[in-house]
Amino acid sequence: MPNKGKSSTKKKLDLKKIMDRIAEASKQVVSGVEEEKVENWVTIHVMGRAYEVPADLTILTAMEYAGYKFIRGVGCRQGFCGACSTLYRKKGEYKLQTGMACQTRVEDGMFLVQIPFTPAEKPSYDINDLNYDVNVLFRYYPELARCVSCNTCTKACPQDLEVMDYVQAAIKGNFEELAEESFDCIQCGLCAIRCPSEIVQYNVAQLGRRLYGRYDSPEPEHLKKRLEEIKEGKFDEEMEKVTKHSRKELEQMYAERKREEE
Amino acid sequence: MIKKLKISNKNQEFLAKVEELSGEIITKCDQCGICSGSCPMVPEMDITPSQMMRMVQLGESEVMESKAMWLCASCFACTVRCPRGLDLSRVAEALRQMKLRKAIDHIDIKKLPEDEMERLPQIALISGMRKFTG
Amino acid sequence: MKVPYYPGCTLKTKAKNFETSALAVAKKLGIELIELPRWNCCGTVYSLTDDDLIHHVAPIRNLIRVQEMNKNGLVENDHRLVTLCSMCFNTLKRSNIRVLENSDDLKKINDFMYLEEDYEGNVEVIHFLELIKDIGFEKIRENVTNPLEGLKIAPYYGCMLLRPKEVGIDDPEEPVIQAELLSALGAEVIDNPYKKVCCGSYQTIQDKQVVSNLAYDILMRAKDAGAEAITLSCPLCMFNLDSRQKEIKEEHPYFNEIPVFYFTQLMAIGFGLNEDSYGLDLNYVNPESLLLEKNLIRRNNAK
Repeated sequence: MPNKGKSSTKKKLDLKKIMDRIAEASKQVVSGVEEEKVENWVTIHVMGRAYEVPADLTILTAMEYAGYKFIRGVGCRQGFCGACSTLYRKKGEYKLQTGMACQTRVEDGMFLVQIPFTPAEKPSYDINDLNYDVNVLFRYYPELARCVSCNTCTKACPQDLEVMDYVQAAIKGNFEELAEESFDCIQCGLCAIRCPSEIVQYNVAQLGRRLYGRYDSPEPEHLKKRLEEIKEGKFDEEMEKVTKHSRKELEQMYAERKREEE
Repeated sequence: MIKKLKISNKNQEFLAKVEELSGEIITKCDQCGICSGSCPMVPEMDITPSQMMRMVQLGESEVMESKAMWLCASCFACTVRCPRGLDLSRVAEALRQMKLRKAIDHIDIKKLPEDEMERLPQIALISGMRKFTG
Repeated sequence: MKVPYYPGCTLKTKAKNFETSALAVAKKLGIELIELPRWNCCGTVYSLTDDDLIHHVAPIRNLIRVQEMNKNGLVENDHRLVTLCSMCFNTLKRSNIRVLENSDDLKKINDFMYLEEDYEGNVEVIHFLELIKDIGFEKIRENVTNPLEGLKIAPYYGCMLLRPKEVGIDDPEEPVIQAELLSALGAEVIDNPYKKVCCGSYQTIQDKQVVSNLAYDILMRAKDAGAEAITLSCPLCMFNLDSRQKEIKEEHPYFNEIPVFYFTQLMAIGFGLNEDSYGLDLNYVNPESLLLEKNLIRRNNAK
């Protein structure tokens, strides 16, 4: 502990000890684990350093248990935002695996590293100036023509998307297939990092979906109808009812609302 | 009287590398010139296909600075006519790959003119990038 | 007859007329060209170095799809793969030969594509012209209702259909297959030695001047021999010989444009099929005036 006095030879701060104690203290808070109750432990290697962590944790919470604090490369924690991309290898296996840290459970002997960001240039375009033509995709992403159909992107995708299929759909100019197959993409960047042809698949898909939406995808008829109804004033009365009440009245209305028997 | 050409070790290494990559026995070329006569791109080239083969035979790595290997259109006219059964298109490809595999692209794909990008069919872009980027 | 068919990327966009006319013509001849499901781009060019295997993955994957088509009953015991585009033909056929001659390479490629079934080596890659030849030019003649009389055509082959020898569908020095087809359609065939000279291929993205010079030579040779039109079988040749006439005209202002057709377009016209199948609107040099002059299409075809 540092001396509070003004002595000329201050005791050197043992920063490592301090950080260890903070990590120790926050372990349970951050990962929600009570150590005494943990039955199964595994060893994982984060960027080459070994840590013993409870076996039931995800990579994300295991790293937090080990003392890592995420200020980048973390987001929704639900497998949806694509921030916590992780590359790992399992013990004794040569295959390079990918996954979202928040969705992947730790395994004994895992070697892992985070890829919080995939470097990629985002070209700016005005969707209104673009034609509905396959050449637009090549104009902004000429590297798309380098695809060798090796399927590495598909193997890398943590969402189990058929990435090669949608890239091929882009090359063929089949916007509908491109939009459909890439719909669930969370833009985690793992495909782009591994691609030997240096294509940024998710950027291509995004432009493709935008073009498809602008030019080709069927108009949502039910939405159009609803907007008409609103314009015609079909919901004016109900809106009045809700917006003219006080907060207390609304709370009471809520408490008294009709609902299923428990 | 037989004259012997002594080729330095460095040059021999270059020749060996090109032979390995192309799978062609380049020393078989007897410089007949049929390839140069068949090549449709010869008017634009700085050295002819025969000269390119000669330079490789002598292990002169300066051949990699030529325009010729980049002008090859892989049309195989030389291939079907070479009396020694050599495939020059593979030699040209080997020379190109020796540059491209160092991630040195021959063209800047981000700088292709916009009006060209609107006209070019996929087949042109894909084949061009396969030959000119690494 | 149902045959597996590989279109290639460009036939779905800029060369859609090639596909449309071919499908229509095939149908007339009793052939149903069944498109390969989940096909991927073949790569356009065959990788020429000795050690490269990754660039053979794409062609072989397509050949596996042919196997799948047979197993799924989309075709019945037909392991041929028909292509229209010369470059796709050359690449697919050559990669096939490569793996059939090198079982080690085939094993590596199969291992690499562990998510696919193994390629067993039974697929035969053929070009549509070979299919037509098999059917017989007599059958072609029988289906002609609108003979291309008076039309002087120079068939153009380019490189990929003829070379190298193990891949070519005809003699590399004196090919005759397109000439036989055009004669069966009733046209007058104009021969010229530049029918097999490369159009410049992918050089078109690096230096369009080089390609337009080459195209000028090829087209002038055909014209000097008396040709009024050219036929070919490759979207890249089409681009270089048809669209690049724009560049030729800039360099040679007195150059008269000459129409370029896919051979299947002329077949469709010769068979008297519906004009929707001709796809003339995608040809850069408008061939309508020539066809009208020869009374091969009606006036209300005009856009």
